[in-house]
Amino acid sequence: MKYYRSHVLVCVDPECLKKGAHDVMDAFQDELVAQGLIDEVQVLETSRIGGCDHGPELMVYPEGVHYTNLTPDDMPFLVEEHFLKGRIAQKFVAEEKAFTDEELSAPTAKEIRVVLRNCGKIDPENIEDYIAEDGYQALGKVLTENTPEQVIETVLNSGLKGRGGAGFPTGKKWEFCRASKETPKYVICNADEGDPGAFMNRRVLEGDPHSVIEGMIIAAYAIGSNQGYVYCRAEYPIAVKTLRIAINQARSMGLLGKNILGSGFDFDLEVRMGAGAFVCGEETALMASIEGNRGEPRPRPPFPAVKGLFAKPSNINNVETYANIPQIILRGADWYASMGTEKSKGTKTFALAGDVKHTGLIEIPFGLTLREIVYDVGGGIKDDKKFKAVQTGGPMGGCLPEAYLDLPVDYEAITKAGSIMGSGGLVIMDEDTCMVDIARFFMDFTQDESCGKCTPCRVGTRRILEILERICAGKGKPDDIETLEYLCAQIREDSLCGLGQGSPNPVVTTLKHFRDEYEAHIFEKRCPAKVCKALIRYEIIDGICTGCTVCARNCPVGAISGERRQTHVIDPDICVRCGICKQVCNFNAIVIN
Amino acid sequence: MAGNGKDGKVVANVVKAAVDRYGASQDELIPILNEVNREIGYLPGEALNEISRLLRVPKSHLFSVASFYRMLSTKPRGKHVIQFCESAPCHVAGGREVWIAVKEYLNIDEDQTTPDGKWTLLTTSCLGVCGVGPVMVIDDDIYGNVEPSQVPSILEKYH
Amino acid sequence: MSTIKSLDDLKRAKEEALKKRELKATSGAAQVIVGMGTCGIAAGARDTMKAILETIEQDSITGVIVTQTGCIGLCEREPIVQVIIGEQPKVTYGKVTPEVARKIMKEHVKAGKIVSNNVINL
Repeated sequence: MKYYRSHVLVCVDPECLKKGAHDVMDAFQDELVAQGLIDEVQVLETSRIGGCDHGPELMVYPEGVHYTNLTPDDMPFLVEEHFLKGRIAQKFVAEEKAFTDEELSAPTAKEIRVVLRNCGKIDPENIEDYIAEDGYQALGKVLTENTPEQVIETVLNSGLKGRGGAGFPTGKKWEFCRASKETPKYVICNADEGDPGAFMNRRVLEGDPHSVIEGMIIAAYAIGSNQGYVYCRAEYPIAVKTLRIAINQARSMGLLGKNILGSGFDFDLEVRMGAGAFVCGEETALMASIEGNRGEPRPRPPFPAVKGLFAKPSNINNVETYANIPQIILRGADWYASMGTEKSKGTKTFALAGDVKHTGLIEIPFGLTLREIVYDVGGGIKDDKKFKAVQTGGPMGGCLPEAYLDLPVDYEAITKAGSIMGSGGLVIMDEDTCMVDIARFFMDFTQDESCGKCTPCRVGTRRILEILERICAGKGKPDDIETLEYLCAQIREDSLCGLGQGSPNPVVTTLKHFRDEYEAHIFEKRCPAKVCKALIRYEIIDGICTGCTVCARNCPVGAISGERRQTHVIDPDICVRCGICKQVCNFNAIVIN
Repeated sequence: MAGNGKDGKVVANVVKAAVDRYGASQDELIPILNEVNREIGYLPGEALNEISRLLRVPKSHLFSVASFYRMLSTKPRGKHVIQFCESAPCHVAGGREVWIAVKEYLNIDEDQTTPDGKWTLLTTSCLGVCGVGPVMVIDDDIYGNVEPSQVPSILEKYH
Repeated sequence: MSTIKSLDDLKRAKEEALKKRELKATSGAAQVIVGMGTCGIAAGARDTMKAILETIEQDSITGVIVTQTGCIGLCEREPIVQVIIGEQPKVTYGKVTPEVARKIMKEHVKAGKIVSNNVINL
């Protein structure tokens, strides 16, 4: 087997060839021979490195350095610098990596990985991999060097807040639970990550399950618990499987069970699966579900730290919160608190979704602005359209318009702006999004997921949905906005749990920031974003249509008629607004009015 | 056939195996219901009776729990269950077209079972694999990046 | 691996794990790591994994360690396969269909030639 230490890709696209790519390649190879490197470096022809404007160009792997604007005369210097001396020849390096169609969502300079540090790096089904990355060292440190009170103090000083949504200081929660005298106590991990589009917990559970286990053992030691539960949603079967394997490995190595690391401390862990109910992400509903009941929330107080699972003191945090703990213990509270803003410390994972170029998971320190997240980390809006709104916090969050783009993202600022941090979902919406339709979409979700225990949420969300559906269908009434505002206020005031209280948020925030769109739907029977099907018409423009018949042949309902080479016509009464005609038209002759 | 579930499994045996595995206590109820639902395809009255007897939990409580969770069913389901992700990220990635294709292929609507008892079509909340949407799950198999044209070939794999 | 009963055992376990990892790197062996999170599996990682194992058998490729990892956060590029040969930096491939996987095994793992079309530049 022949190994090359370096691979060089030469772009041989027509444009680069015209500029002399082959001459550069020949000179490069001659120089490799001259400097005795030909056996170590492999030269390959390729296409589309990305910067044909600045050709000829080379891409050098493994470093991934992109050299542009090269001439054959540059080769002796380049080969000597890069391949002999191992220094990157800065003067030829492309100014910006111009990956045209291969856009990336890998870590950018603004990301810092604490929770996700091992994800995709280690084999989650092999505990050795985790141990090699300092795994269980924090546990060892805590059990041999710290009292439970010292652990709580470290977590308090780190400033870590619960990553599940409410943002309650984790150290405080532990302190309360430690103070409860009753035993046994329970440690619970909320892995019932239900917000649509948010999957950071799945990634941690599937990619680095031991970090969560280690965090939970440390929490148990701090509050004085010997039994823990991970409650994971049934929609994540692979996460459950990975977690179970990890728990078994930890147990067989003695990191779970009796007398952990010879300290005399006992702790064991069980995985419980949900059965498909969004509300079980609410902590009291979750505990009801573990007990074998309907997952319905109950009023607080008493708080779980006093009366939780099986009416015993319980500490409940989410996956991301626990996964932070080992790093905080190992690297110190000061290190963690050095990241983030004044009141929100450390990093947070977000799921970027919607109309942004790079979708996927990111982990950033608190304090970046929404603009930095959307444009620098997310690469901007797809197809370079205009930004319209960002929806934060999942179905109970709110939509923030352009005016909030320079808002630094932390718990306090997001709450002040009228939305919530939630578990970290960020849905980016472009100019083609109808905000009334978005409000309707989220209301449909919460209405469906309402557990039905309390009336404001059960009935109120239903009424709101009905009004929104009517508005989207072009049948809005003049007093609808007022009724919506009244209903939202009532539900927010009177619901039992966070799901109910937060459920009007999408409506409240869109009413506040995009009231004109509601008014256009209600009073002008017009959908400005051209989304609501009852309010739009597909029309064929006379003069542009060539009568090619493509649209008529593709229309699934036969709504388009017309002779060959004559302008075609869409019958609005038959048309179902599926948009296929617009997609297949080769002449852009179909518009939405 | 009384007493028999999916693939001719005897309901009482399935229940007993599940209760033995998890232990006869109320806090093991959801794992037990999950397993029975999985083995038989749904939770027949007979299974609830049997669980009630073994766990000493009133049947009314069992029914209240079984009817609360989306993944548990007290109605018979088809041999294969399709769970289609209805969340926003899949929706905008072309999920609606795939959803229509599935419905057309099976000629049933949401929450329905085909007359031959082969397929049940359900929607599910977010499966957390939004990067490869649209997504659907058939029994235990997950399919991502599904296009409408792939629907027949995917479904034909199941007998 | 034995049980860990004390802090010293834990330190030893870490050293052992690191040593094993180093051995993998210096032996010049190739590591092929397949992303087997839910996203990877949904995008077809099981078939990719199967193709990799089949190619190893059919072509009698030796000195290859095939392992798995979780989701690396590039879900839209799944299935993702990472290849590390000896001490060379990791090469990450995206959209690895069974055909691409066979190509990676034959060209990169066996012959040391990176399959440039599918490389994700991290």
